[in-house]
Amino acid sequence: MKRPEALVVTGYGINCEEETAAAYRLAGATATVAHLENVLRGVVNLDGFDIVHLPGGFSFGDDLGGGRVLANRIRTRRLPGGATLCDGLRAVARRGGMVIGICNGFQALVELGLVPNLGGELAAEAALMQNASGKYEDRWVRVRSDADCPAAVWAGLEEWEVPVRHGQGRLVFRDEALREEAARLHLDGLTYCDERGEPAGRYPENPNGAELACAALCDPSGRILGIMPHPEAYLSLFNHYDWPRIRRERPGTSEDGAGLVWFRNVVRAVTA
Amino acid sequence: MPERWTHLHVSPRPDRGADPIGERVRRQAADFLSIETGRIATSKVYSMSPALSAEQVHRSCAALGNRVSCIVGAGTPIPQGFRSYISVDKRPGVTDDEGQTVLTVLRDLFPSSAEIASGRAASRDVYWLEHALSSTELARIADELVGNALVHVLRSGPVDEYAEPRPRSAAKIPLAIESIVLPRDDAGLLRLSEARLLSLDRAEMIALRDHYDCETVRAERSRLGIPADPTDCELEVIAQTWSEHCKHKEFSAVVEFVDRDRGTTVEIDSLFRTYIAAATRAVEEKLREWGQTWLLKVFDDNAGVVRIDDDHVFVWKVETHNSPSAIDPYGGAITGILGCNRDPLGTGRGGGRLLFNTDVLCFARPTYDRPLLPGQLAPRRVFAGVRSGIEDGGNKSGVPTVNGALVFDDRFAGKPLVFCGTGSIAPARVGDAPWWEKRIDSGDRIVVVGGRVGKDGIHGATFSSVHLDEESPRSAVQIGSPLTQKLASDFLEEACARGWVKAATDNGAGGLSSSIGELARIPGGAEVDLERVPLKYEGIQPWEIFVSESQERMTLAVDPGVEGDLLAFADERGVEAVDIGRFTESGVLWVRHAGRTAACLDLDFLHHGVPRKRLSGEWAAPPVEEPVLPEVDLASAILGVVGSWNVCSREGVIRQYDHEVKGRTVVKPLMGRGGPQDAAVLRLSWSDYRGIAVSNGIVPRYGDLDPYAMCACAFDEAVRGIIAVGGRLPGPGTESPQFWSVNDNFCLPNVAYDARTNPDGRRRLGQLVRMCQALYDVAVAYAVPLTSGKDSMKNDFTAGGVTISVPPSILFSATAGIPDVRRTVTTSFQAPGDAIYVVGETLGELGRSEFLHWLNVEGGRAPQVRTDRARERYRRMAEAIGSGLVASCHDLSDGGLAVGLVESAIGGGLGFDVALDDVGSFDHPAVPLFSETPSRFVVTVPEGRRRAFEGVMEGDARPIGRVTADPRVRISFGGRACADAALTRFQTAWRTGLEGYG
Repeated sequence: MKRPEALVVTGYGINCEEETAAAYRLAGATATVAHLENVLRGVVNLDGFDIVHLPGGFSFGDDLGGGRVLANRIRTRRLPGGATLCDGLRAVARRGGMVIGICNGFQALVELGLVPNLGGELAAEAALMQNASGKYEDRWVRVRSDADCPAAVWAGLEEWEVPVRHGQGRLVFRDEALREEAARLHLDGLTYCDERGEPAGRYPENPNGAELACAALCDPSGRILGIMPHPEAYLSLFNHYDWPRIRRERPGTSEDGAGLVWFRNVVRAVTA
Repeated sequence: MPERWTHLHVSPRPDRGADPIGERVRRQAADFLSIETGRIATSKVYSMSPALSAEQVHRSCAALGNRVSCIVGAGTPIPQGFRSYISVDKRPGVTDDEGQTVLTVLRDLFPSSAEIASGRAASRDVYWLEHALSSTELARIADELVGNALVHVLRSGPVDEYAEPRPRSAAKIPLAIESIVLPRDDAGLLRLSEARLLSLDRAEMIALRDHYDCETVRAERSRLGIPADPTDCELEVIAQTWSEHCKHKEFSAVVEFVDRDRGTTVEIDSLFRTYIAAATRAVEEKLREWGQTWLLKVFDDNAGVVRIDDDHVFVWKVETHNSPSAIDPYGGAITGILGCNRDPLGTGRGGGRLLFNTDVLCFARPTYDRPLLPGQLAPRRVFAGVRSGIEDGGNKSGVPTVNGALVFDDRFAGKPLVFCGTGSIAPARVGDAPWWEKRIDSGDRIVVVGGRVGKDGIHGATFSSVHLDEESPRSAVQIGSPLTQKLASDFLEEACARGWVKAATDNGAGGLSSSIGELARIPGGAEVDLERVPLKYEGIQPWEIFVSESQERMTLAVDPGVEGDLLAFADERGVEAVDIGRFTESGVLWVRHAGRTAACLDLDFLHHGVPRKRLSGEWAAPPVEEPVLPEVDLASAILGVVGSWNVCSREGVIRQYDHEVKGRTVVKPLMGRGGPQDAAVLRLSWSDYRGIAVSNGIVPRYGDLDPYAMCACAFDEAVRGIIAVGGRLPGPGTESPQFWSVNDNFCLPNVAYDARTNPDGRRRLGQLVRMCQALYDVAVAYAVPLTSGKDSMKNDFTAGGVTISVPPSILFSATAGIPDVRRTVTTSFQAPGDAIYVVGETLGELGRSEFLHWLNVEGGRAPQVRTDRARERYRRMAEAIGSGLVASCHDLSDGGLAVGLVESAIGGGLGFDVALDDVGSFDHPAVPLFSETPSRFVVTVPEGRRRAFEGVMEGDARPIGRVTADPRVRISFGGRACADAALTRFQTAWRTGLEGYG
């Protein structure tokens, strides 16, 4: 069987492209890293890709708000065929591929209106605001996956740990109705949780103050997914903050990190 | 006709909860300034010219802010319920990334609008305060918390007086190249040096005048049709090139050193050659004997280069950015980290891939409350500004900050020390040529890449060579643009990989004059046409263009055959790259502006014409008085020491730096349940487990007693940090030898004696000599090479007749190869029942220890490094860790065994029960608990491996107790319990030490 093809977009201050590409390769896909400009100029065409991934970083320096300027470019610049890149991303999702945004990429998807997109018209339905702490932080969080989430990328990852690294991750919905609808459809596939696995209301278990303690959000099709934490930073057990102890207490623990399991799920989601 | 502007306000929606930025300012105003502001809301204001149409405003508002989280509007929407405002505007010429980004958005929205294509935009921050505050109160919040009058235009007042400012355009200034007649008298020469901020002394000014008096020089200048007198540009280029920053004049001086302890007087022909370069040469010699060939390039490029394997090299550089950080902490630090990033990018043929950053910061205590001198910033403000500058510089570049240190001493109240380090990986070869060698041929083109030139950062090189005072030149301040640099470095990496670049160097101190002046030495000449240099705005004089230190620029040597490809590729990537001249073999640096000669300088004179300094120094060790130790409650003492400024947790700072981007970090700054680590460990790739360890050592406080011991301890601390995670010293017969690469960064006060202005200069120079001697001894004993470094002299701040000088300080930043990162260990205790050992002999070395500092008792000896014993111990530790015998290992440094044990316990969430009698035989329990004898570790070993471990250590490891499941601290002495308390008590003191700062 052909290996799925993942396109990892970079440029303009995106900075997680290297480990993201490594993640797809380790997960069994082929990864192409392409500068956004090459995508916009049609040098790299979306047609051949099963996954389009907007990685983490500080696109345009987070000026005007994380992901905002990147989103504007994706929405306004025309590809050689006349469509916008935003149209292209929706086409990838429609034909059974996946569009993934992590951290800054998630911010861009929210700004584009691609998630949650409950109204189907790419309206601004949510925002990722400044963390309630007022600070950028790098810390590991406990998260819980929702098996009923339409994005089928959570298998084998019921409750796990993963790092967050952001200053603007506080998800807010435009109104209560939208929030309830998103929750009803299980679009919030990943939840920050406390030691007992309950949704975390407080800092630092909820690192940014997000509504629904939401760490990931997809569209109703489950084919467009944004996630705030960084699974690509947990490809190996040796990325974990307590790996020596894990190895001592559970000899024989796999050297793969939970993040790699997640990427394998993404690859599987476009293979089925 | 006046320009028309559109102003758009973007503010967080009040119904989305408190504004976190406003909330932080409110808290700081209350805590630091005792001003109650009430609620604070913030707005961003984007001003655009020419003014937008109504339709354009509508679409722009939708693009500039998300309506779920923001209110976006034109005009001046003042939020309800606020009575004062503060507006923070950038001064003309100060980097305004966000303004540029607004233009990017508008151009994406309106691609066919010619007005917008050539338009301008500016960004501004506005704070709305609930209370009606006095103008003095507002001005304090404006200048001390949210802005800096050096780089910002600050306005404030009652809200009803709020008005949109009119962005100014620079006045038209005629461009000129001046000839300057050199005065015949020495006093006149010195006045000229001062007036033009040349920072050249009498001998240097005389050498300069002699050069222009020389018949052959005059004849040559006449032949070329240039005036006999120097041009302004020439004087500036000479001053930059001869600056302390570029020529390291103290380190190359002839030093007469009187060693009163030994009764000897020696003449030292350059401290750099005699100690630093000689140490590395001696190490190189040993490596050659052992058949190891990983040491590739030391001292003569922007960074040191060592070999990782046949295909990759590792590049390592640590820089200082002290003076700029003293006057603009945020700008100084961000340019410090971005500038340091450019060193590996500008080493060899350029384009190395940045792997990690390190940051070591020395401040006065944030609670420092002595009256501030004119021009001096409050230390807590310097701390907060520097921290956030490093956050933006590192995080926005996507480079993880993996290691660092914070050192507090009130003598850093005038000048902080800001050390930034960057490691990178580069290919070993480009085609058939070694990557690390720059090759430039006559006829190669000079291309500058990256940011534009403004007046920001003029005189940085000469400025860093003078002490600071209230009149320090403000144009020396710059704000970095991480975005511009990220685009340039992505571009450079790819351009270099395609083989288009023959040599690269960065534009740091001295700007183009330094970068081109340096590169021109390779082919033997260069010609530059300054009018081609892209400028931020009009009105910059030719000499200013040549020496400006505007950031984010690299200078490349490019073969004319591929230049077109390189420039086209840059255009595609939105990076400005411009051909500004060519390299020659004329022996001359010829600089023109629109066809007129701005400078024509003989390269040999430029680089070798500076007269050597002669300095004198002396050293006599102060008499040692043994401290009298009172009876102390040990639990209180431990509590005091773990909560002290130099020991307490750095978590608040560490978490604001991304230390995991790139996904390679294996040992992070905090591990387990938040235990601090001795070194960072990173993987080099995802396909195998080879790695690199990174650590640092700095202990200025010992220097008052013994600068030799201070320097040796700092070096040892850096080395033992790497040993503690599982590194191995270079040695004969090692299978798979691992590289080491250490940078030394000296920071000293003025060491040039002057009866009136610097009466302490001889002693200070004596301290420097002793530090250099220690550096040599430790480097050679451990066979660890120095590969690059930096000296920062004259770290003094003078105002109103008062001088605050830093203590003599040295930072060692060590890196070493790790064959398998899975075999490294961390400091956290792992399991109850594990045996605890102290490795290495503990001596009564309490001088300037954290414990005596807490007790407020003077006296004692500075700890000494015993390199022979340490080297043997380090060999055994590498063996023990490499064989998997060790569960955890923490080096003992600040605060001694007490801190080592408590930090390891915190990391593991476990307790310990130890007997101090097993550490050695002492009269007082504080000695084994708090002595700072170097080269020691606290190690835990699982029961089943104890025999093997003891076998490897051969008596150099003393068992002192056990790890306990119960998280308590239990310590006995003389058979009696002398501390028994819950770990949480110590943890709280440790965790909260820096709370609210940084």
